[in-house]
Amino acid sequence: MALPKPDELLRDVNYDRMPAKHWMDTKPEFRPGAYCYAGKPSVVEELGLPFPREWQPHDEDWKLPPNWKEIVLNAIKDRAERFRSFKLFMDICVRCGACADKCHFFLGTGDPKNMPVLRAELLRSVVKGEFTRSGKLFGRLAGARKLTEDVIKEWFYYYYQCTECRRCSVFCPYGIDTAEITILAREILHEIGVNINWILEPVRNSAFIGNHIGLQPHTIQENIEFLLMDIEEITGLKIEVPINKKGAEILFVTPSADFFAEPGIYTFMGYVLLFHYLGLDYTISTYASEGGNFGFFTTHEMMRKLHAKIYHEAERLKVKWILGGECGHMWRVVHQYEDTMCGPAPSNLEVPKSPITGTVFEHAKSTKIVHICEFTADLIAHGKLQLDPSRNDNYVVTFHDSCNTSRGMGIFEEPRFILRHVVNNFYEMPENTIREKTFCCGSGSGLNTDEYMEIRMRGGFPRANAVEYVHEKYGVNMLACICAIDRAVLPPLMNYWVPEVQVCGVHELVGNALVIPGEKKRTTDLRFQPLKGVEEEENV
Amino acid sequence: MPTVEYKGKTFEVDEDGFLQGGMDAWCMEWVEYVKEQEGIQELTDEHWKVIKVLQDYFKKNGVAPMVRILSKVTGYPLKKIYELFPSGPGKGACKMAGLPKPTGCV
Repeated sequence: MALPKPDELLRDVNYDRMPAKHWMDTKPEFRPGAYCYAGKPSVVEELGLPFPREWQPHDEDWKLPPNWKEIVLNAIKDRAERFRSFKLFMDICVRCGACADKCHFFLGTGDPKNMPVLRAELLRSVVKGEFTRSGKLFGRLAGARKLTEDVIKEWFYYYYQCTECRRCSVFCPYGIDTAEITILAREILHEIGVNINWILEPVRNSAFIGNHIGLQPHTIQENIEFLLMDIEEITGLKIEVPINKKGAEILFVTPSADFFAEPGIYTFMGYVLLFHYLGLDYTISTYASEGGNFGFFTTHEMMRKLHAKIYHEAERLKVKWILGGECGHMWRVVHQYEDTMCGPAPSNLEVPKSPITGTVFEHAKSTKIVHICEFTADLIAHGKLQLDPSRNDNYVVTFHDSCNTSRGMGIFEEPRFILRHVVNNFYEMPENTIREKTFCCGSGSGLNTDEYMEIRMRGGFPRANAVEYVHEKYGVNMLACICAIDRAVLPPLMNYWVPEVQVCGVHELVGNALVIPGEKKRTTDLRFQPLKGVEEEENV
Repeated sequence: MPTVEYKGKTFEVDEDGFLQGGMDAWCMEWVEYVKEQEGIQELTDEHWKVIKVLQDYFKKNGVAPMVRILSKVTGYPLKKIYELFPSGPGKGACKMAGLPKPTGCV
């Protein structure tokens, strides 16, 4: 089905309309554009996940295992025992409604089941109906229901219509974290073989090859060499990027899309120019060649399995600490699970210390992993970088806080501090759409697949709407971000809603602005676009 | 798994219509089928050059090339590739060449 035109897409959205039926009596409609394809049997099998089979969400029969109900009920019981957060969240909601209109999917679809309160209730009602006496006795009166196949289908539909962005939890007076509920709901669905391919295939590639895209070592090297030729053409500098170098001081890990897809490749060129400028002793690994972790969207165990490669490689290469690139959910994993599930860090790692400024990154004492924006902001704060922001004068920039780095770990100031030093024109989007209240790109948590485009354009609408505001008010034409999913999904989102705006990583702009000893006079930016003033100069 | 029947041949495809059997299942009938789907009038040497570059790269690397590499090796700017394959390098050219869909943060 072709995507409706932008001015038609949201016509069916009416926040005031009362549904005709009780929510327990409505079923989702699996129409094209509104669901993701199921995991391919070969992929599910190779990962050792249960019940590989041919099925699709639009099928009437999902071919669930005969004892699916028993599996799900056991899984709920198990998670309630293992995760106090889950037990608590299933218990404490008072239906105050503070979260109701905070979800980008609710705003973009008007579907009441996208209100975070109701999304959680999809599971909570079953916990009540199957595990509590009041629920068993009073049923619907107590907000309880039984587990049926229709409930499984509904879970699949709505727990894959949540990007685990946690905006709702910012507004919840009880601090209920819907993302955790979604994470556990997806994990439970995995136990009966209900999953999506767009998450599982990258997981498979990451587990067996090293990264989501499936880039083998020689391909990574070739891609990097290709980008280095571009750098030479633009700056005149011959740069080398160390790959799998034993004994380097720093292991640099970034999303694999940064050495494969636009506009991530320009961000990568930015990192490389910065490291060259600093004379940094670092290495990239072709084994731990993925910052992202789609395992995090699968199960806790899969997340740990994929993440472990970073520490393994840090140990094998005997580096001192790890620098992480502009990635989103990588940082949620590092910040929230590193110590409890992925650690402890190998003993050869030391507390990260910037070799340039001497700054000791105390906050990374246990994980030994520092975010590149922290690293670069520290360099700028110490006056270690010579920057010419006018090289970014073609751009009027705004900053999209990626959910995972902002709400997930509190990186608000560093990217803004960097941007203010590398560009002359920087404007913020409205206050309720940035920092901890940032709106999701609409495609996070592994939903960035083409077949899901309609829901992605709906879910991304609130973000795009805020971009449109600054585009019209200040002429913003560049949306900077620090996440590879953002870099992949914001271009089509902008193309749909605000086509005048492009998307970049923060370090692309750093790479443009950096004045590097020995470089030739630059005439273009890293995208080979003429710098402002150059064309006129040449025409004189 | 969905299948496509074309000129007496049956192809297994994924949900987006990419050829499942890869290079082994790839043949002239598949090319003609995608050509028809894409609404391409006539296949020229330029189309074939793109297909050949994609297939050679895939055999060596197991993935499709970066768009920039495809442009550089063929000598065709992205705009030209879109003229040749209206759905673009991924959904048009890769599909015709029998390559799978890319995955990850792309």
